[in-house]
Amino acid sequence: MPPELDQTDLDQAQLDDLRRRQPRFRGLEAGHRACQGCGEALAARLVMESIGPDVVVTNATGCLEVFTTPWPQSAWRVPWMHSLFENSAAIASGVEAALKHQGRDGTKVVALGGDGGTFDIGFQALSGMLERTHDILYVCFDNEAYMNTGIQRSSSTPHAAATTTSPSGKARMGKRHLKKDLLSIIAAHHIPYAASASVAYPADLRRKVRHAIGIKGPTFLLVHSPCPLGWAHDASRTVEIARLAVQTGLFPLIEMERSEVVGVMPIREPRPVTDYLSLQGRFRHLFNEDDPRALEEREHLQALADHTIAKFGLRGDGPDPLDSDGADTVRRGGNSA
Amino acid sequence: MLEIRIHGRGGQGNVVAAYLLAGAAFEVGRHCQAFPAFGAERRGAPVTAFVRIADRLIRRRNQVRTPAFLIIQDDSLLHVPGVLDGLLPGGGVLVNSTETSESLSARLGVATASIPATALSTEILGRPMPNVALLAAFLTATGALPHEALDKALAHRFKGEVLERNRALMARAEASVPTGLWSIDVNERENHAAGA
Amino acid sequence: MRQALEGSQAIARAVALCRPGVVAAYPITPQTHIVEGISKLVADGVMDCELVSVESEFSAASVALGAAAAGSRAYTASSSQGIMLMSEVLYNIAGLRVPMVLTCANRAVGAPLSIWNDQQDSMAVRDAGWIQLYCADNQEAVDTTIQAFRIAEATELPVMVCVDGFVLTHTMEPIDLPDQTVVDAFLPPYRFARMLDPARPISLGTLVDPGWFTEARHSHHHALLKALPVIEQIDRDWQAATGRAAGGLLEVIGPADAPTAILCLGSVASTFTEVLEDHPPGDPVKLIKLRAFRPFPAEALRAACVGVKTLIVLERALSPGLGGIVSVEVQATLATVPDAPAVHGFAAGLGGRDMPVELLPDLLAAARAGRPGEFTIADVQLSKLPEEDR
Repeated sequence: MPPELDQTDLDQAQLDDLRRRQPRFRGLEAGHRACQGCGEALAARLVMESIGPDVVVTNATGCLEVFTTPWPQSAWRVPWMHSLFENSAAIASGVEAALKHQGRDGTKVVALGGDGGTFDIGFQALSGMLERTHDILYVCFDNEAYMNTGIQRSSSTPHAAATTTSPSGKARMGKRHLKKDLLSIIAAHHIPYAASASVAYPADLRRKVRHAIGIKGPTFLLVHSPCPLGWAHDASRTVEIARLAVQTGLFPLIEMERSEVVGVMPIREPRPVTDYLSLQGRFRHLFNEDDPRALEEREHLQALADHTIAKFGLRGDGPDPLDSDGADTVRRGGNSA
Repeated sequence: MLEIRIHGRGGQGNVVAAYLLAGAAFEVGRHCQAFPAFGAERRGAPVTAFVRIADRLIRRRNQVRTPAFLIIQDDSLLHVPGVLDGLLPGGGVLVNSTETSESLSARLGVATASIPATALSTEILGRPMPNVALLAAFLTATGALPHEALDKALAHRFKGEVLERNRALMARAEASVPTGLWSIDVNERENHAAGA
Repeated sequence: MRQALEGSQAIARAVALCRPGVVAAYPITPQTHIVEGISKLVADGVMDCELVSVESEFSAASVALGAAAAGSRAYTASSSQGIMLMSEVLYNIAGLRVPMVLTCANRAVGAPLSIWNDQQDSMAVRDAGWIQLYCADNQEAVDTTIQAFRIAEATELPVMVCVDGFVLTHTMEPIDLPDQTVVDAFLPPYRFARMLDPARPISLGTLVDPGWFTEARHSHHHALLKALPVIEQIDRDWQAATGRAAGGLLEVIGPADAPTAILCLGSVASTFTEVLEDHPPGDPVKLIKLRAFRPFPAEALRAACVGVKTLIVLERALSPGLGGIVSVEVQATLATVPDAPAVHGFAAGLGGRDMPVELLPDLLAAARAGRPGEFTIADVQLSKLPEEDR
């Protein structure tokens, strides 16, 4: 804020005192303005808790930026900067370069963005950041559409999902195209570590964040984050739906080192995709039994899930991992912790 | 103010020639200015560069339209329209060519001197880079600056064996045209006459 | 030390003297030599900075912004399409009130594609909220670059140093590069008050609703206006340190009481300065060399125009459908002045067209024959155009 606008009722001592009286460190504090059941808010809190206080955060334009920082309030207890929609990775690159030059190497740099700011408009800046091997963890909160502007399709929107710019109708069954396979593109940069995670598996998510942040060099996390408003599901079912995305094989949880898959979250008993789809209004048109295209698209999505399960070898043995919270991750080589 | 225009092709060190000449002027405490008029840069394309040398601060930044001297790095450029334009009466054209000065002067209708700068540079530098040879000959023909000034400018740009070879090239090229062939007060006379 | 240097190399050396922590850039003609020069200084160990060679101008500006927000002195340079591509970031940098310096090696903006000099690029971002300073020669470019860091840090505003592409960037001439000790004394280490620092976390770049946006814009506008005396003072300080001023807000050259004046920005002012030295004394003409275009030095301009009957404004950009950009601003500034001069607007030198010494007498003749308030592209060759486009 410019000095002219620096109006606060609290002096620094009071602010410091408030901060000290926090029961434990939370980079992202409660009391922000996210919707009920917001997957992104939950994911961001988990990510920030795992990183700790010695961090600088850059944030792309989007829901997270808007609901955490309505002037003159902020939910952030760590230095945080929002510049534009498409440059979170580039701003972070500049922060990292500055910290390096100043010898403040201990301070971590985390870039945050939604799927629009990562898969689409910020993709070039992200690719540049990875190629230049900046020491940055980039976290993409993937809620599979432009939610901040009112649910428009992004390249991360799943096939057949209805959004305001990919509605279903006589001529269309929602989004015509496939969800972009971003992790494969990220992998092609041969960065030390890239992984997908989900708000439904907080222990797994925390472990991945801690692992990534401990690595020197660029790392990437894709966190599946349901949006009750955009996906049209009950706000109480965010975690359940996120878990179903993993258990159906539609959102595989994988870890990669230097482009090699080194770990996956196993699925003991894959659920049919309809268990996932039927809970969300964005797929409602796939359950119109009078429409022959509905069954066709459901079968298409099931085939995509089956392909993903086969491709990553997600079929696991033993008890359902629901209770284990995914701790028993299968390992297939590599030296990831 | 002495104004010189250099014509060459991309890759012939045209801009370097202009910078070296201006740099030489700087070495003897003169005011100087050198700049190119680029096309879209690529090898072989015609490139023009301009040099001004004066005893007062040079502020004008327009292209040289009425040069006292032209330095032509590639005789194929003599056929390009506009290359000889604006040459002041009493001025001269120095051309990298194997054709004789007499023949060129007769053909072009202006005072022209030639040196085989491509052959000289190929022999001494090991590659066809006519610029330094032409500059050395230019200083001999006009006496505009002492050769030591060019030597100093070369030493700012080149080091080691490359510098020594360029010095050898300078020494050979210096002697390839008559001393005092042209007078350098061409521009001065013209400027006074025009009242500019 | 006085050296014969190409403009771009001199600017690179001036940047190095300012000890930036982070330089981020993407190549574009005619800016390239500046960044190449900096790259070599870094490679040779002369410059201790993080050089980030990015994948676009958008990221160049963004990296510099991130670095400046994290407390490093930051620099970038660009031209033309690059300025256009980074324009969103340029607004953002200024709106965030983050100090940094950018050299704009001025170049035309396509289409049609032109790699050559005019000032359309910087004019197109004149409302981004940056300070814009225009340089007439390479000595001014060096001096202004160094001053720019101090102005930026004193005002918490970014500064764009506008240097005519090719005409200055590729011209070799004698330059006095100040000693490192002089620059160090003039430009001490800087600490950005709102720096991103875990020891004192702040949120930078928050959402501002209608209840606050107007105040933020007001504050930004006034910060630029308050920069006017700062720009002047820092130029005076530079003069005290080096014996050389770089033109303050604007500089009047020639007889103060001349009834005719020509206002221009950038390198053509250098040409006109020389032309006017030989101008007939019976026809007194003065030059108003506008250095600060943003903030716009309205008071200084009004003072410079006292007694002027005919004011020619020459600019190297165009607002199609309106005409002049600078000339319209000058007219508006002088509108309330009693006995305001008649303003004649001209554009010339677009897309690298050479501006010969004859341009000045041609402009004088055209203004004296023309109507006040008119705008003309002075050097258009209408015969090249089909009849219906003339």
